Amino acid sequence: MPDLITFISAALIAAGAVFFIAGTVGLLRFPDTYCRLHALTKADGLGLALIALGIALTASSFGEVFRIALIWFFVAVASATGGHLIATHARRVDRAEGKEGS
Amino acid sequence: MTPDLIYGLTGIAVFAIGLVGALCAQDRLRRVLALKLCSVGAGFVLVVAAWRTPPADPDPVPHALVITGIVVMISATAVALALIRRLQTLEAEDDDG
Amino acid sequence: MTDAATLFDLLLAGSVIALAIASLTVRDMFAAIVLFVIFGLLSALAWVRLSAPDVALAEAAIGTGVTGALLLKTLHHLRYVTGKLGEGQARDLTPIATVPAGVIWANAAFCGMITLGLALAFLGAPQAGPGFDSLVAEAMPASGVDHPVTAVLLNFRAYDTLMEVVVLLAAVIAVWQIERGLSDAPAPALGEVWQGFARLTLPAIVVVGTYLLWKGSEAPGGAFQGGAVLAAVGLLLLLSRIYVPRPAHRGLARWAFVLGTGAFAGVALLVSGGGRVAFEYPAQHAYSLILLIEGLVTISIAVTLAALFHGREPVAAPAPEGRNDT
Repeated sequence: MPDLITFISAALIAAGAVFFIAGTVGLLRFPDTYCRLHALTKADGLGLALIALGIALTASSFGEVFRIALIWFFVAVASATGGHLIATHARRVDRAEGKEGS
Repeated sequence: MTPDLIYGLTGIAVFAIGLVGALCAQDRLRRVLALKLCSVGAGFVLVVAAWRTPPADPDPVPHALVITGIVVMISATAVALALIRRLQTLEAEDDDG
Repeated sequence: MTDAATLFDLLLAGSVIALAIASLTVRDMFAAIVLFVIFGLLSALAWVRLSAPDVALAEAAIGTGVTGALLLKTLHHLRYVTGKLGEGQARDLTPIATVPAGVIWANAAFCGMITLGLALAFLGAPQAGPGFDSLVAEAMPASGVDHPVTAVLLNFRAYDTLMEVVVLLAAVIAVWQIERGLSDAPAPALGEVWQGFARLTLPAIVVVGTYLLWKGSEAPGGAFQGGAVLAAVGLLLLLSRIYVPRPAHRGLARWAFVLGTGAFAGVALLVSGGGRVAFEYPAQHAYSLILLIEGLVTISIAVTLAALFHGREPVAAPAPEGRNDT
């Protein structure tokens, strides 16, 4: 059933792209750093997972699937760490400027 | 519209942007950034020169040249940035005294 | 399908140009550097489209990754270490004396003429003329490796690569001299999440860097890409303070800087000793010699790039020197 698999994979990649677009819209439209981070990390994490799944379906060997999974894992970890660092820094700047409570 | 035409013109455009930036920017760090853009533009043109119409076997010599260029560029960038840090420290000391 | 590919090319080319303009015009310098990093990654993607994966890897790892780290470190230094820049001034970081508008316009016109000339030369150049590819393909069996770019870099045009390593060595010497006595940049504490990230990714980066080096003889990859990825290990170690450079390590670092150049030149001399030209490797040893050079050069590149990021050579007592007491 190669056609069905191609179709599912294309659908997954398209869904992933939609999440990426949503994340980008959030990045552009949301008011402050924290909301933007929220949009970016959540939506892009899911989008990346969907796209990786879609590509993995069409992979020709187990080695490729494994490598795609590794890429997904490290990008997810890196984006989570990056988000954490940006949020920490934003908080520190807010504190320094005297805006408590965010 | 073949890829080599598109990216060749892109490379020249990027080079031009970098050139304008390097001559007109008012900020040292941004001038370094502009020079780096120039080098990427030149890389584009060289990589395009290596492109062959059946995209299987591009010419490896320009590729090697671009890799050399990238490494030389980071050396130059590192020295330029060190000079900027040094200059700014000296200026800060002048302001103090 | 060709149309979809062309559309993708046009979109990518447009984004690359837009990012180049944006990184020079955006007001905030931090944003400029981030835009520049995205610009570099998209350029690398474009070079993959032009079937130049080696160049794309080098650009992504060295031209974008390490360069971006260097730029961000310098920005941090300018904003917080030299320290006198308020948030308002930080947007216009290191202003040089203002240039008169006439000079700017004259410069722009001059650049426009150069660009026009370049574009005409590019469009008028013979398309797909005979390059070096047939010569390289002919000489490949004698090169000792199976990947043309590696063969060119380490065999056919080895002088270029030797000089490139020398340039890197000169850069690190220059940076150590320039930064002598400069106040040290106290890296901000990045917290536990970062520490965990560093611990998790370090082994993976080591594996990837070594793999790139090893694979370079038959597939895209090689000393420069592998070295840059391994330099990321150094950056992680420095940023997470797992490794703190000490003055006692200077000797070792100096040896590591010189190792690549020394091995490269040494092999050339050794080869030329037996009545051959320099870099005319004996056929049966070509592969092992290239791998030896590549391995040692990789170590040198990794250590040198990490040292360029750290900037100042480690000194004995950073605390009293760091304060600028008057």
